[in-house]
This record gives sequence, structure tokens and C-alpha cells, in this order.
Amino acid sequence: MATVGAIHVAVPDALPPERTWAASLWLFVWKNPLGAAGGFLMILLLVIAVFADVLATHNPVRTSMHVLAPPGGEFWLGTDNLGRDLWSRVIHGSRISLLVGVGATLLGAVAGGLVGLVSGYLGGKTDLISQRLMDIMQALPILVLALVLAAAMGPSLPNTIGAISVVIIPRAARVVRASVLAIREFAYIEAARALGVGHARVALRHVLPNTIGPFIVLITAQLGGAILVEAALSFLGLGIPEPYPSWGRMLSIAAAEYAQKAPWLVIFPGIAISLAVFGTNLLGDALRDTLDPRLRGS
Amino acid sequence: MRTYVVKRLLIAGVTLLGMSVLIFFLMRLAPGNITDIIFESAGYVDQADKKRLEAELGIDKPIPVQYAHWLGEFLRGDLGKSYRYDLPAWEIIKPRLPVTLELAVLAVAFSVLLGVPTGVISATRRGRPVDYALRVLSLAGLSMPSFWLGMVVILLLVRSLGLIPSMTYVSPFEDLRANLFQFVLPALAVGYRSSALIMRITRSAMLEVLREDYIRTAWAKGQRETLVVWRHALKNASLPVIPLIGIEFAFLIGGLIVTETVFNLPGVARYLVDAIQGRDYPIVQNLVMLIAVVVVLANLAVDLLYTWLDPRIKYGKA
Repeated sequence: MATVGAIHVAVPDALPPERTWAASLWLFVWKNPLGAAGGFLMILLLVIAVFADVLATHNPVRTSMHVLAPPGGEFWLGTDNLGRDLWSRVIHGSRISLLVGVGATLLGAVAGGLVGLVSGYLGGKTDLISQRLMDIMQALPILVLALVLAAAMGPSLPNTIGAISVVIIPRAARVVRASVLAIREFAYIEAARALGVGHARVALRHVLPNTIGPFIVLITAQLGGAILVEAALSFLGLGIPEPYPSWGRMLSIAAAEYAQKAPWLVIFPGIAISLAVFGTNLLGDALRDTLDPRLRGS
Repeated sequence: MRTYVVKRLLIAGVTLLGMSVLIFFLMRLAPGNITDIIFESAGYVDQADKKRLEAELGIDKPIPVQYAHWLGEFLRGDLGKSYRYDLPAWEIIKPRLPVTLELAVLAVAFSVLLGVPTGVISATRRGRPVDYALRVLSLAGLSMPSFWLGMVVILLLVRSLGLIPSMTYVSPFEDLRANLFQFVLPALAVGYRSSALIMRITRSAMLEVLREDYIRTAWAKGQRETLVVWRHALKNASLPVIPLIGIEFAFLIGGLIVTETVFNLPGVARYLVDAIQGRDYPIVQNLVMLIAVVVVLANLAVDLLYTWLDPRIKYGKA
């Protein structure tokens, strides 16, 4: 009988140390410089919104005698047609944008996510009907549906959030449904069912947490869209009413007649919108590449 | 193939029917009915007059009857009457259609001409500075509100060249140069945004196709880069761009709404905003329904075209 010699297996002396939170963050920044720039812009937006009262040099809604003053001196970015300080208005506008953007996105994503979870998990007729309903909601261009909803409900802050969230529902439902359909087939779901776990518990405890990756990607992607829709609605006079300093609304006043006389009224609020949306888009792209490996490098 | 077409047509029909219900009830969410709005501007309300007008407009009837009546008229091509202008809606929409159509066609042309080549260049130079620069530029395009881009373009034009685009519409048959001068900028403002989407899809499709065996064969045969990339690879990579045009179409209408307003072009999209602001709800209802029909039909056409162009797609699955 032949004997088997000792087998040499390369065993590492120690496992690599677990990556710390800071190291993971650094890895993300190193691998996704663009995404990190987006993250930085988002944090900046958040900081500006939180500390708007400190950063603003004037009351954003108080009018003054200094009408259409050019940038410089006391008014860093100039004043508007009612003598309101543009810098303070742009700073405070971040609150409106963030509030509407985050509020509408979360509301729409949670509602749509639930629809997607139920329709993907139950399948059959429920799925068919809810899919058709989502088709109907998606048949209209985003802005048209938001316009009609906003017009029907009247211009106000909660109504604007509501109108935009409705637009997000079908998009969220689609994303969550697709990942629920894949997760439903895994063996551990079958195992949970075999152990006698109820449907509601399986759906909420075992399926739902695994949809979190696509869900986060969806939220970042929709956030920029929501901010843009709010700007467009307010620009058309159907979003945030005066005197709230909404970036879109500021542009519509500027467009009216002061664009040539006071170009700063056009330039600065637009830059603010673009930077905010640019930040969400950069971060959203990087998160998609990181959390959704199928799309990596594409 | 035939069952597939029939199935798609049925789904499109169901979608539009659902859409009509949604729009109809949304318009009834708004506070007050059309008679309130008409009488509001008159300043005083004679209840008998109001009742007579309500009967004349049919809004004293039960909601389902009103809905059936509206749908019947819409299907017969009657778009109703504008209360603000006291004209049939079609009379107002008809002269506005060519404006929106020209703007839409130019914008789509720009977005393809800009999006496809940049997508190809970005894919072939993947990871290099050109790729990064083009991707950042396209993301910037997706991030800027098109109405703001339009405003800035007008501003720059006036400031640097002293040119002011005409604020009244010039027909291409009257003066082609003036007409193009008027349309190029808004079309660019809308098209730039859409080109970002096309660029991204073209890029990822190209990256996938460039990895395929037949491309390696083409390289191995010693074919020139231009031939391999622009002829062999792009042919297959352009397939995913086609369904995107359907999606982009809906995107485009959103862009047209604000851009027509900024550039003061008397198009259909602009009229929708006017009607919403003037609370001309019957017109809003019909216009939104019309937009839904156009978008659903455009998507249907694009889907059918796609299955026809790409024989790998099975008809049964949809």
C-alpha cells in the first residue's frame, strides 16, 4: 500500500485585518474619484442647508431699497428686483431643494418599493394588475404628470413634494420588483418557508433587506431628478410659492424681464441647481458601479 | 410576429384607457369646477346663469356619464373648446404643431449627432482622460435644467454678439435662415440633455460589443481601427440606442415644455403650460391625453422597430 506524503498547503499566518470604516471609505474615494466628488457636493449641500441661518448675510425674504444691485460689496451675489439679497436666497434655497428632493424621493421610493415588494413576491394577478397600473403612471412624461398633479393640488410645499413623489412610485416599484423576483428563487427563502415562517415575515425580513442595494442606487438616481422637477415646476409658477426662496422660482422671476439688466439673477440660482443635481448624479453612478456589480465598468 | 403585435397593441390600448381615467379624475381633484372659474373672472355670480352654463357644459351630470362623454368626443377627434380663447381647441393647437415638431426633430437630431460619436470615443478610450472628460460633460448635461441652459445661451448671445433671437415665430417657408437661427439654440439646449443619455448607452453597448469574438477577428485580420470601431462594432452597439429613443421621447416633451416657455416659441408644449396657468382644465385634460397617446404610440413603434431590426429577440416574450 502506497503511503501518501505530507501535503503542504499554503496557510496564511493571519487573515488580513478587517477593513476599518475609514479604510473602506478611502478605498471608495480612491476607486471612484468622481463618485467621491459627488459625495462631497452632497455633503456640502447638506451643510449649507443645515447652517443656512449662519451662512446667510441677510434675511432671504426681506425686501430692501437696493433693487437689482450688482454683485459685490454688501450683497455678495447682488440683489433681485425686490431688493432681496441673492446670496442669502441661494443659501436658503438649498433647504427647499433638499427638503423637496429628499422628501419626494423617500416618499415615492418607499411607496413604490412596497408596491414592488408585494407585486414581485405574490406574483400572479396582483403582479399583473399592479404592473399595468405602473405602466399607466409611466406613460406620461415625468414633468407633464408632475405639472398636472401640482396644478390639481395647488402650489404649496407639501403638494409639490406629493406631486413629485407620485412620479417616482412606478420607477421605484419596477426596480424593487425586479430584485424581489430574483431573490424569491433563492434556496434560503424556500428554507424559511419550509420552517413555517409566514409570508409577511418572509417578505419583510428575508426578501426586503436584500433589495437594499438597488434601492439605494435608485434613491440617489431619483434625487437629482426630483430636484430638477421641483426647479421646473417652481419655474413655471406651479411649485413652491413666494416668498420661499426656491431656486426654480428665482429663475422664473429673473427670466421675466431682468435677465439682461441683471444677469446674476440668472446665473447663480442655475449654478446652484446644476451643482446639486451634478453631485447626486456623480454619487449615484459610483454607487451603482459599487453596489450593482453586473454593471461594473459599463 | 402577429400575435406579438396584437398583444402589444392590446397593452397599449389598456394603458391609454387607464391613463384617460387617471387624467379625468385628476382634473376633478382641482378645487372648483370650470363654471366657478369662468364666473370668478366675471366678478359676480348669477346662480341661474351658472346652473344654465353647467347644464350646457354637461357638468351637472354624474361623473361616469361625463367621463364616457369626454372619451367619446376625444376618440372622435374632438379636442373640446377653450374657455379662455372661446375657440375650438384644435384651432389653437393646429398652428402650434409645426413649431413643436420642428423643435423636437432638431433636438433628437442633435442628441444623436452628439451622443453617438462621443459614446463611441469614450468607449474606445476607456479609462483615459478623454473618457473621463466626456463622461463628466455628459453628466453635466443631465444635471443642468434645460430651461436654465436656454436662458444662459440667450444671455451669452446678447452680451457677446449683441444678437437677439426673434421673439416672434418665423416660418421656415418664409425665411429659412431666420427660422433656423430661432430654432437651433432651443434645440441644442434640449438636445444636449438628451445626448447625455444616448452617450451613456452607446458607451456601455460599445464596451460590450468590443469584447466580442468577431471584433477580435476583425482586429486579427489587420483591419483599420476606423473600420472595426465605426463599421463593425457600432452597427451592433447602436441597437440598444433605438429603444432609448422611445424613452427619450417622453424626456424630450418635458424639455420642450420649459424650453418653449424660455424661448417664447408658440408651440403645443407652451400652450399646455398656458392652459394650466389659466386653469383651462378641459384643454389641459385633452392635451395631456394627446401627449399620452403620442408617447405610448412612439414607444410602441420603437419596440416594434426594435424587434424587426434585431432578429435575436423572440416575439413570444414581451
